[in-house]
Amino acid sequence: MSQQVVAGTAGASAPAVPLRTAARRRADWRRRRLVLLLMSPWIAGFSVFFGYPLVMSAYLSFNHYDLLSPPRWVGWANYHYLLRVDPQTWVAVRNTVWIICVAVPLQVLFAFGIALLLARAKSGAGFFRTVFYLPALAPPVAATLGFVYILNPATGPLNTILGKLGIQGPLWFQSPHWSKPALVGLGLWGIGNTMVIFLAAVLDVPQHLYESDELDGAGPLQRLRWVTLPSVSPVILFAVVLGVIQGLQYFTQAYVAASIASGQASQAGDTLNALGYPEDSTLFYPVLLYQHGFNDFQMGYASSMAMLLLLVSFAVTLVIVLNSRKWVHQAVPR
Amino acid sequence: MRKRTAAAVVLIAASLVAATAAARSVHSTAPKEVTAPTKLTVWAGWSAGHELKVFKAVVAEYDRKHPEVAINVVGGIDDNKIVAAIRSGTAPDVVSSFNSYNVGNYCGSGGWIDLAPLLKKDNIDASMFPPAPRYYTQYEGKRCALPLLADDYGLYYNKKLFKAAGITHPPRTMSELAADAKKLTVRDKSGNIKIAGFDPVVGFYENTPDRWIQAFGAKWLNAKGNSAIGSDPGWAKWAKWMKSLIDWYGYDKLVRFQAQPIDEFTPSQAFETGKLAMNFDGEWRVAFIHNEHPDLDYGTAPMPVDDAHPDLYGSGYINGTIIGIPRGVKHQDQAWALVKYLTTADHPLAVLSNGLRNVPTTQSSLNSKEIVPDAHFSTFLKIFAHPKSGTSPILASGQAYTNSVQRFFQQWQAGKVKDLNAGLKSLAKQLDAQVAQAKGGGGVP
Repeated sequence: MSQQVVAGTAGASAPAVPLRTAARRRADWRRRRLVLLLMSPWIAGFSVFFGYPLVMSAYLSFNHYDLLSPPRWVGWANYHYLLRVDPQTWVAVRNTVWIICVAVPLQVLFAFGIALLLARAKSGAGFFRTVFYLPALAPPVAATLGFVYILNPATGPLNTILGKLGIQGPLWFQSPHWSKPALVGLGLWGIGNTMVIFLAAVLDVPQHLYESDELDGAGPLQRLRWVTLPSVSPVILFAVVLGVIQGLQYFTQAYVAASIASGQASQAGDTLNALGYPEDSTLFYPVLLYQHGFNDFQMGYASSMAMLLLLVSFAVTLVIVLNSRKWVHQAVPR
Repeated sequence: MRKRTAAAVVLIAASLVAATAAARSVHSTAPKEVTAPTKLTVWAGWSAGHELKVFKAVVAEYDRKHPEVAINVVGGIDDNKIVAAIRSGTAPDVVSSFNSYNVGNYCGSGGWIDLAPLLKKDNIDASMFPPAPRYYTQYEGKRCALPLLADDYGLYYNKKLFKAAGITHPPRTMSELAADAKKLTVRDKSGNIKIAGFDPVVGFYENTPDRWIQAFGAKWLNAKGNSAIGSDPGWAKWAKWMKSLIDWYGYDKLVRFQAQPIDEFTPSQAFETGKLAMNFDGEWRVAFIHNEHPDLDYGTAPMPVDDAHPDLYGSGYINGTIIGIPRGVKHQDQAWALVKYLTTADHPLAVLSNGLRNVPTTQSSLNSKEIVPDAHFSTFLKIFAHPKSGTSPILASGQAYTNSVQRFFQQWQAGKVKDLNAGLKSLAKQLDAQVAQAKGGGGVP
C-alpha cells in the first residue's frame, strides 16, 4: 500500500507498472512457496539421508575416526594409505573391475536375448514372462543362500548330478577361480527387472520399420542390427549405466556367499574373518569399505574409500554417457 | 451418675490410649517405603542355547541376592552392536565381548570406562588374574576390561580311530602330528577325503595363525614394538610345516572336505561326527560334545609343538571373553558391583566354568573346589596354568592385525606366495603401517 502511495506521487502514468510488478512478485513468491511446500518431503529426505551423510563422509575422510573418539584431523593421510600403502585396495579394485567387465555385458546380452525370445513367443508368453521375471522377486540374501546350497561342491544338487555323469564339479564358492563366475550366474538368474524393460522396448519398436526392411530384403539378423538395436539402444545405455553402478556397489551377494561358504557365520564375535573368502576372490571394493568401517572401526578411512568410490562412479558414468552419443539412437534429431 | 461419668471418661481415655498405642504399633510394624530396584542390562556374546542359559543362571543368582537391582541379560551381542550402542548413547550398563582383540579400541577411545579407580577403591589387585588375561584386558596400561572366563586351545583326538590306526598316544611334536594325520586319513576311490586325520588349513574352524604360532615359540613383536614376523624364523618354520601337510592331502581335496555340511557350532561338526580324527579346538568343545555327542570316545591333550622346542609342550594360546562398563553408563556403581562379582568371586567363575566348560580367570578360582572334575577339561586348566602359554598382541589396529596375518597364510597355503621369506618381510612392513594408520598416521610407522 505504501508503495502505491509513493508511486502515485511520482506521476499519472507511473503507478501501473510497479503495481503489476508487485503483484507478479507476490504471485511468484506464492508459486515458489507452493513448489517448496510440495518438494519439502523430498528436500527433507534428501538433506537427511543423502546431503548430510555425503558432507559428513567428505569431512570424515580427512579425519582419524574410530567411531568412539571424536574425529581428529589427519589431512590426506587416509587417502595416502588407501592409494599407496593398503595392499587390499588393489585386490578389491581388481575384483570390482572384473565383476563389472564380465557381469555387465553378460547381463545386458542375457536380458536382451530373453526379451527377444519372449517378444517372439506365439503362445504362453504370459507364462514365460512370469517364469523369467520371478527370480527378480527373491531377496538378494535368500537368493544367494539358495545358490550357495545348490552349488555346494560336496552335497549340492548340481555337483551331485555332474558326479553321476562322471564329471567332478568345480568348488564354486569355495574356489577363488569359480567364486566370481558363480556370482555372475546368480546375477544372470535374477535379471528379471532388466529383462522386462528390454521386453517393453523391443515390443515398442514400430512395426512399419520391420516391414520396410523386409521389403528391402533384409534378413532376421539385418533387421536386428539395423532396426531393433538402434531402437532399443537408449535402453541398452540405461542397462549399462545401471549395471556399472551396481557393480561398483556390489556387496550383499558377495558378503553372504563368503560368510556362508567359509562356514564361519556362526558365533557372535567370531575372530575369523570370512570377508573376501576364498582367498580374497570376493573382496569387492564395497566389501573392503565395510570391513574397514564396521569390522576394523576405522570410519575415517572407510569414508575416504567412499569418497573415492563416488568420484569413480561419477567419472565412469560420465564417460559412458559421453561415449553413448556415438551409438545410442536419438529419437529427435539435434 | 458422677460415678458413671467418671467411668465413661476413664473408658474413653483408655480407649484413646489403646487406639494411640495401636496406631503406634501399626505404624511401627508397617513396611518401610520400598524403592524400586535399579534395572541393569547386561550384554553378552553367548548365543548357543546351553551357554546363554548358564550365564543367565549365574546372573539370576546374583539378582536374587541383591534385591536392589533387577538384571536383564541379552545374548548374541557382537562388537558392532556394542560400538553402535555406545555411539548412540543407548549402551547397556555392562557389556561383554568374545573379542579381546578390540580392547585397544575400547580402552584407547574411552568407549569402555577406565576401571583402575574402581579397582583401587575396592582394593582389588589386577595380579589376581594370570598374566595372559591380565594383558589382553588392557591397552597401553589403561585397564578398561576384566577377564570373564578364558579360552585356551589344545588337541582333541578320537580314541576309537587312534586304536584302529594302531596309535597309542596323542602326538607331542609336529612331526608326530603329521605322521599320525597321514595314518588316520581315509580316502575314497577318487582320492577324496572321507576321514581327515587332521585338517591344518588356516581359516578352518579354530585354525588361526595366532593360535598355531604358540607351538613354534615365535614372537609377534620385536624390542621396538614392530612386527617380528619377517625376522623370527618360527613363522617361516610353521608355514613350511603347514604347507607340507596340506600338499600331502592336496589343497583342493581339503577344501572339498570342508565344503561338507560340517559347520563348527552345530552337532554336525566334523570331529564330533568322526569325520575328523584330530582337531585343534578350544576348551568349550568339551561341553559341546557332552551336550551333542556324549558317546564320543575321545581324549584331549596339549597341542603338539615344534620338534626343536619340546619345552613348549603343555603350553597353549589363551584369549577369552572380556567384560566392562560402557561410556555413559547410568548406574555405574551397580554395574561395577556386578562386574566385580562376576570376575573376581570364585563361585560365579566356578559355576560358569562348569556350565560352559570355559577356564576360570582368577588364580584362586582355578583351584576352586566347586569346579567339577573332568578328565577332558582338566587338560585345558593345565594349559592355562602353564608358564609358557601366551596370547597375541593388543594393538591399535585390533582384529585387523591378526586378520592380515591370517590372510597372508591363506595365500601361502593355496600356493599363491612364491617367496615365503620376502612375503613375510613385506607382511611385517604392512602390519607396522596398519598400526600407524589405526593411530591416525596414514600408514607411516
